[in-house]
Amino acid sequence: MVELSGGEIVIQSLKDEGVEYVFGYPGGCVLHIYDAIFKQEDVKHVLVRHEQGATHAADGYARSSGKPGVVLVTSGPGATNAVTGIATAYMDSIPLVVITGQVPRPVIGTDAFQEVDTVGITRPCVKHNFLVKDVADIAETMKKAFYLATSGRPGPVVVDIPKDITDPSIKVPYHYPSKVTMRSYTPVVSGDIGQTIKAIKLIKEAKRPVIYSGGGVILGEASNELRELCRTLNFPVTQTLMGLGAFPGTDPQSIGMLGMHGTYEANMAMHDSDLIIAIGARFDDRVTGKIAEFCPHAKIIHIDVDPASISKTITVDVPIVGQVKPILLDMLAQLKSLGETFDRARIADWWKQIEDWRAVDCMAYDKNSGTIKPQYVIEQLYQVTKGEAFVTSDVGQHQMFAAQFYPFDKPRRWINSGGLGTMGFGLPAAMGVKFAHPEADVACVTGEGSIQMCLQELSTMLQYDTPVKIINLNNGYLGMVRQWQEFTYKSRYSHSYMEALPDFKKLAEAYGHVGMQITKKEDVEPALREAFAMKDRTVFLDFLTDREENVYPMIEAGKAHNDMVMAPNSIYKRILA
Amino acid sequence: MSRQHIISVLLENESGALSRVAGLFSARAYNIESLTVAPTLDESLSRLTLVTIGSEETIEQIKKQLNKLVDVVKLIDLSESFSLERELALVKVKKSAAMVQRIEALDSDTLARIADETDGYLIVELSGENAWLDDFLQDMQDDVIEVVRTGVIGLSRGERALTL
Repeated sequence: MVELSGGEIVIQSLKDEGVEYVFGYPGGCVLHIYDAIFKQEDVKHVLVRHEQGATHAADGYARSSGKPGVVLVTSGPGATNAVTGIATAYMDSIPLVVITGQVPRPVIGTDAFQEVDTVGITRPCVKHNFLVKDVADIAETMKKAFYLATSGRPGPVVVDIPKDITDPSIKVPYHYPSKVTMRSYTPVVSGDIGQTIKAIKLIKEAKRPVIYSGGGVILGEASNELRELCRTLNFPVTQTLMGLGAFPGTDPQSIGMLGMHGTYEANMAMHDSDLIIAIGARFDDRVTGKIAEFCPHAKIIHIDVDPASISKTITVDVPIVGQVKPILLDMLAQLKSLGETFDRARIADWWKQIEDWRAVDCMAYDKNSGTIKPQYVIEQLYQVTKGEAFVTSDVGQHQMFAAQFYPFDKPRRWINSGGLGTMGFGLPAAMGVKFAHPEADVACVTGEGSIQMCLQELSTMLQYDTPVKIINLNNGYLGMVRQWQEFTYKSRYSHSYMEALPDFKKLAEAYGHVGMQITKKEDVEPALREAFAMKDRTVFLDFLTDREENVYPMIEAGKAHNDMVMAPNSIYKRILA
Repeated sequence: MSRQHIISVLLENESGALSRVAGLFSARAYNIESLTVAPTLDESLSRLTLVTIGSEETIEQIKKQLNKLVDVVKLIDLSESFSLERELALVKVKKSAAMVQRIEALDSDTLARIADETDGYLIVELSGENAWLDDFLQDMQDDVIEVVRTGVIGLSRGERALTL
């Protein structure tokens, strides 16, 4: 058996796991590991400019490819800087393996230089973490980390490795297990068929059904099965922010996103529904609004791989625990054996009602405005990229505009921080996507607030030649904060305005990229065309948009689904008047 | 309606496992009344017993979240079945004839004995159901100098057992 040092074992494990890229940043406690990286070429290292960027890049890589993202950072500040990215991945159930250096074992607990209790700090925001205490345990721990990160409900796993066990002078026999079992961890695969049969019974009786599909469908690679189920049932489909693309957003059967900034038709349908089929969705507070008034007339079927997601906030009638894909296949088989037709006519009244709601055109905005409306930029982005781009976003109004105005027809194309809501996510995530899909168009939709939170990665993007198009919807405000302040604080815009914004065009140029500033509506589309034509360049498009545009519709915090704030000039308002 | 539950957990005997359990309770704002943990005959496992109070929904969620922890191998809610529970307390009191008589007069079903006598002070060892201990200590509170309690442990009666 080959003998390797701890540092070499870390890298050889990654190689044996089939890892292409490691996003990282060196430092004292990982120097032995970095030396092992230097001596090989199979695992490619991407030197980011900040550890938060490493975690988001690995996350974007994972979300767009379905493969786990890998991060390598040093102890102390390296680890703490990674925490935001780890928590981001945790909230959205993204598989990451994050290797952190730790001070040598003999000085652990002595407040040594760059020492921090990484396992303690990350504990609440990882699926699991390890402090490896013996060089002989590294390989198996790495295997466990990948197994945990990618199985069941995925999530980030931290492996904290003290420097002394990576010492090049201490070698041990290396064996990377092909499989690992843990008696305390046995994720559920298939669902209980009895529960599926109960679900089918409810489906047969439903008069006002809604399919509510979430990110779990994408994580569980079950988009095809979801589509088949939807086609079979002809029920309206609403998707969560995390689930967009699992079912085609351009399909007439799609009634759009639900929740706080969901469509009128989706939220009204949820409210009036008599059967909710929740698939890989977790009844997040941004989706449910006021719990006590959530879907008051509906029975609920809930398919989820995580038993703890069942009846956590909303009590459900028929839970089915297991992986989405096999459960949907069970359902399809059961439906087939029923021999009944679930055509639109079967629930014609319900579809009629939904089409009436849809006719409200809840996302209409002032298309005649002379200013650049942020919605217009996203619509043009959709046109120019033919709806085929990978779109990452930061967090705020621009995120909602992107989700609303760029319908995704494929899974893994929409990459955003839904759970934690991490500003700064979009740019490094876009870089990660580009590593996974070098030939694809990648756009980062952002705002002048968010983009400044991980801006340093522009430098990494030049070094590794990962051209993305940055769509900066610059309204000079922290837009979502300003919107809330307008609605609930009588427009007291407390610190939602930045007085000294950089010249983003020059900034992009300083980083070696192309910068553009777009101030006129008629320049939006040509600028986008010009930018996307520059295949091999990162282009920063700084759109000076309407300063006080709001995201509509909006369910304010703690309100029910049928209590939406609609755009001031919407048809809905006119109907009421 | 909130009710007290005794949950027994078989946990991997790994460093940090206990803090995962404790951290879960603080992070999710669950109550924790008492918690006791020690290795089992199988040294790779610890058995942890915790007492918590919550509605049925909360207790259900606590059990699911505990099960979700990678270090948790198995758990049982002792309050769901007929179980035996015990808690041990050591109580320091000043020695007096009345006190000795009071201890000796206790019901023989419960364990109460004078475990130590030093320089005119007694350490009384008490073991019984936690509610009985509460009542007893309440009665004695004017005499108690110091008290230490182990937290509740328990086993389900009959064949049912928490084993691998």
